[in-house]
Amino acid sequence: MVKKSVWSMCGMCTVRCPIRVETEDNKVTWIEGNQHLLKGALCAKGSAGIALLNDTERPLRPLIRKGGRGAGRWEEVSWYAALDYVADNLKTIIKKHGPESIMLSCRGGPFIDLLNAFIHGLGSPNFTNHDSGCGRNVHHASLSVYGLGRKGFVYDIKKSKHLVLFGRNILASLRIAEVNQVLDMLDAGGKMTYVDVRQSLTGIKATRFFQVRPGTDYALALGIIHEVLKEKTYDKEFIEKYVSDFDKLEEFVESYTLEWAANECGIKAGRIKDFVQEIAVDRPKVVFHPGWMMSRYRDSFYASRALHILNVLMGNVEVEGGQIFAKGPGDCGVKEIRSLDAQVPKPTAKRADGVGWKYTHFDKGPGLFPLFYEAMQTGEPYPLKALICVRHDPFTCFPDPQAQKEALDKLDLLVSLDTHYSEFGWYSDVILPESTYLERDSLIATQKGPKPRFIMRRKAVEPQHDTKSLNEIIKLLADRLGIGQYFPFTTTEELWNWQLEPTGFTLRDFDDKGFVSLADKPVMFDRANLDGKFKTPSGKIEIISRVLTDAGLPSLKPYESPEKPDKGQFRLVFGRSPLHAHSHTINNPLLHELMPDNTLWINKRQAAKLGVTEGDWVDVISDGVTGTIKAHVTDFIHLEAVYMVHGFGRQVPLQTRAYHAGIADQKLMKGFLTKMDPAGGGLCLCECFVTVRRSSKNPKRMVEL
Amino acid sequence: MKKYMIYLNSKRCIGCHGCEIHCKTNKGLPVGPILCEISQEPLKMVAGVPKTEFRFRSCYHCEDPDCVAVCPTGAMQKRHDGIVLVDQEKCIGCMACIGACTWGVPQLNPDTGKVVKCDYCMDRIDAGLKPACVTRCATHALKFVTLQEI
Ligand code: SF4
Ligand code: SF4
Ligand code: SF4
Repeated sequence: MVKKSVWSMCGMCTVRCPIRVETEDNKVTWIEGNQHLLKGALCAKGSAGIALLNDTERPLRPLIRKGGRGAGRWEEVSWYAALDYVADNLKTIIKKHGPESIMLSCRGGPFIDLLNAFIHGLGSPNFTNHDSGCGRNVHHASLSVYGLGRKGFVYDIKKSKHLVLFGRNILASLRIAEVNQVLDMLDAGGKMTYVDVRQSLTGIKATRFFQVRPGTDYALALGIIHEVLKEKTYDKEFIEKYVSDFDKLEEFVESYTLEWAANECGIKAGRIKDFVQEIAVDRPKVVFHPGWMMSRYRDSFYASRALHILNVLMGNVEVEGGQIFAKGPGDCGVKEIRSLDAQVPKPTAKRADGVGWKYTHFDKGPGLFPLFYEAMQTGEPYPLKALICVRHDPFTCFPDPQAQKEALDKLDLLVSLDTHYSEFGWYSDVILPESTYLERDSLIATQKGPKPRFIMRRKAVEPQHDTKSLNEIIKLLADRLGIGQYFPFTTTEELWNWQLEPTGFTLRDFDDKGFVSLADKPVMFDRANLDGKFKTPSGKIEIISRVLTDAGLPSLKPYESPEKPDKGQFRLVFGRSPLHAHSHTINNPLLHELMPDNTLWINKRQAAKLGVTEGDWVDVISDGVTGTIKAHVTDFIHLEAVYMVHGFGRQVPLQTRAYHAGIADQKLMKGFLTKMDPAGGGLCLCECFVTVRRSSKNPKRMVEL
Repeated sequence: MKKYMIYLNSKRCIGCHGCEIHCKTNKGLPVGPILCEISQEPLKMVAGVPKTEFRFRSCYHCEDPDCVAVCPTGAMQKRHDGIVLVDQEKCIGCMACIGACTWGVPQLNPDTGKVVKCDYCMDRIDAGLKPACVTRCATHALKFVTLQEI
C-alpha cells in the first residue's frame, strides 16, 4: 500500500482553504484543514470533497453536442477530437471576426493569470467573471473611496472589539479562518451587530440584531453616519490628514437623522443610539464589513460606500483590530512570482462590454459580464462569436437564463470547462471536463495580507477518469492555436519553477507547511505617514470620488425608499447555507443527503393569511415562472420578504439528485439581466417581487388505490 | 468505568453539520447511515437577538448497553475503556441492536449489510489522534474529553 500526505488547497467553494490530504493507492482517505493555519478545521463541503471525487454524475470525458443546444444529446469524444474541435472553431471565428469576438469568463480567484494569458494571447481583451452577481458593488465602492479594490484591505476581526455586518452572513459563508476569527473575537468579549431582513446562522451569535425592512441598508448606514457626526465620535485627526470633502459628507447626511433612519428601517431609534454609543467607545477597533455579495438592491453600491465611509470615520485604517492594508511580496522585500499574462502583449481592441471606454468608472480587469449580453444582442461595438466559461455557470449566477440563452444563440461556439455539469455546460456545444481539485495542480499564487504568503494546490491523486487539469487544457489549446509560446512549460513542475524563479524560493520551501510565509509578524505601514497608499486620483480618501464625478455619477446619492410589495406579493431574497457552495455542490451525494432541497422562509403572520403552515407546499410565482417548494414558517423574517437558499432548482437530468430539487431564485427573475446598478456594476438581484400561494399540490384526501 | 466523552461548546458551534460528514468520510460510509447528529433548538428571543443552542449526539457508550446484550453473535461489544463497538467480522446485520437501543443509534450500512455506529474513532484514538469529528470541527467547538477513573 502506498500512503501519501499532500499539502493542497480545497476547491469545494471559492474560499480555497488550505488543506492536507492523505491518500492510499491513489484513493483519498482523509482531508483536513492545514494544521499550521486552520488546526485541522474543515467544513462539511471540504470533507465531502471525497464524494465529489468518487461521484460519476460529473463529466468524465470530453463531450460534443449532438442535438440542439440544451437538448442533452452528447457524443463522447477523445481529448484530441474535443480540443481540435474547439481550436478549429476558434480559428474560423478569429479569421472571420477577429480574436476580440472571443470572450472568456471564470469565477475570479488566485489562478486567473493563466486564463488572462490565454485570452490576451489570442488577442482578445474580453476576459470577465461572475462578480456582477456578487461583489462588484463592494469592489467599486472601495475603489471610489480608497482607490483600492475590496481586497486592498484585510479585516483584523480577531482583534476587533466590534464587528458590524450588514447582511454579511459571515459564519454560513465559511471561510474557515475568518469564522474562527469571529468566534475568537466573541469569546474574548467582542461584540457583533448583525443587520438583515431575516435571522441567519451569523445573527444567532450576534450581540445585537437589527431586523430591517428589505432594501433599507443604506438608510441605516446614513442614519449611523449622521449620529456619529453629530456626536463627533469620529477620528478627527485621521480625517483631517487623509480625507477630502469631509464637509460635503456633513452637509449630505444632515437630514438623515437617526429617527428618520429608524422609521425607514422599522427599528427603534434608541437601539441605534445605543449602538452608536458603543462604537464610539470601541473605536478604532470597529469593523464595518462593507459586504460581500452586495448585488442586491438598486442602492447597494451606495450602501457599501456608506459602510466604507463608516470605517473611515472609525479611523480603523492600518490599526490592529481594524482594516489592515493587504501587503504583498514587495512589502516584505521579496520579488513577485512571475506572471504569464505579463509576458503577453496587451490586446488593442476595446472591450465589448464597454468597460474602460464607455464606462470609465468600472475596473477593467474583469469588466462586467452582463454587459456582454447587450453586445451579443446588438453586435455593438462588434459581434461576439465564442464564449468559454471556466468553472462558471452564468445561468445560475445571473438572473433570467432564458434571456441569456436568447443572446447566446447569436454565438457560434459555447465551451464549458468545468468539473461538474453546469446549466450553461448543458446548453453549450462542448464540455471539456476538468479534473476535480483533488486531481489537479494549479498555479502558485500570492495571498496578500498583513502576513502575505505564496500558496499552491497540488493534486492529491491522479485523475480517476478521462479529465484534465485547467493548466493542461489551456496549454493544449494554446499549442493548437499558435500561442503556445506564452505557456513555456510541459509539466506543472516546470511551470511552478518558472513562476518562482524571481522570488528566490523553490518548490522545496512549500514542503514543510504547504505554503511559503513571507513575514513572521504582521507588516504594518506607519499610520502617521500613509501618503501614496490611497490610489484615488487625489491620493486622498475621497468622499466625493473624482472618478464617479467624471462619469457623471453622484458620490453621495440621496436616499430613495424601496418599493413596498403589493398585497400577496413579497420581495424575493436569497442567501446561502453552510452545507452548499451554491449550485456547485447540490448534487454531491453527501451534501445532498443532508440538504436535498431549499425551502421558502415566510413570516408567520403572512403565512397565516395565506393559510400556509410549516412544511406546506407553496407555489412561488413571478411573471410567468413558477416553482413549488415547502414553506418554512418563522417569526424571524421581515413581513415584506421571502427567502430561499440559492443554487437549487437545477435542470441537468444527469444530476439525478439535484434534478428539479427545490427552486432557483434566479429563474424567477425575469427581466433582471439588465437591471444593473449604474454606479457599482452589480445586478439588482433583490428587487424581484413574487406571489406566494398555498399550492394545490398539498394533498387533501388519502387517495391510494 | 467509562473513559471518554465528546463535549460540544454550543457557543462556538455554528451548526454547519461538518462533523456529520467528517464522520462519514472517515468511515467511508455511503448515503444512509449518519453516525452523529447536530440538532438545534427553535430560535428564541434572548435580549433582542433570536438565539439557539446546538446539541451534538453520537452514541452514549452506555454503562450497561442494551445493544450489546441483545446482539446474538457478540459483534456488538464493549471495550475495556468503555467504547461500544461493532466487530464488522462478526456482525450478521440482524439489526437487533437498532431496536434495542433507546435512541436507535446503531444503523445499517447498505453497502455492507452490517451495522455501523460511533466507536469514538477508536483506530484514531489508539493511534494517539482525536476522533474525526473533533479533529475537523470547523470551529473547534467539539472536544474529546477523557474522564478520570474513579
Ligand atoms: S448504541 Fe445505544 S444502547 Fe448501545 S451504547 Fe450506544 S446509546 Fe447505548
Ligand atoms: S467519534 Fe468518530 S465515529 Fe463517533 S461521531 Fe465522531 S467521527 Fe463519528
Ligand atoms: S463541525 Fe463543529 S461547528 Fe460544525 S456543526 Fe459540528 S460541532 Fe458545530
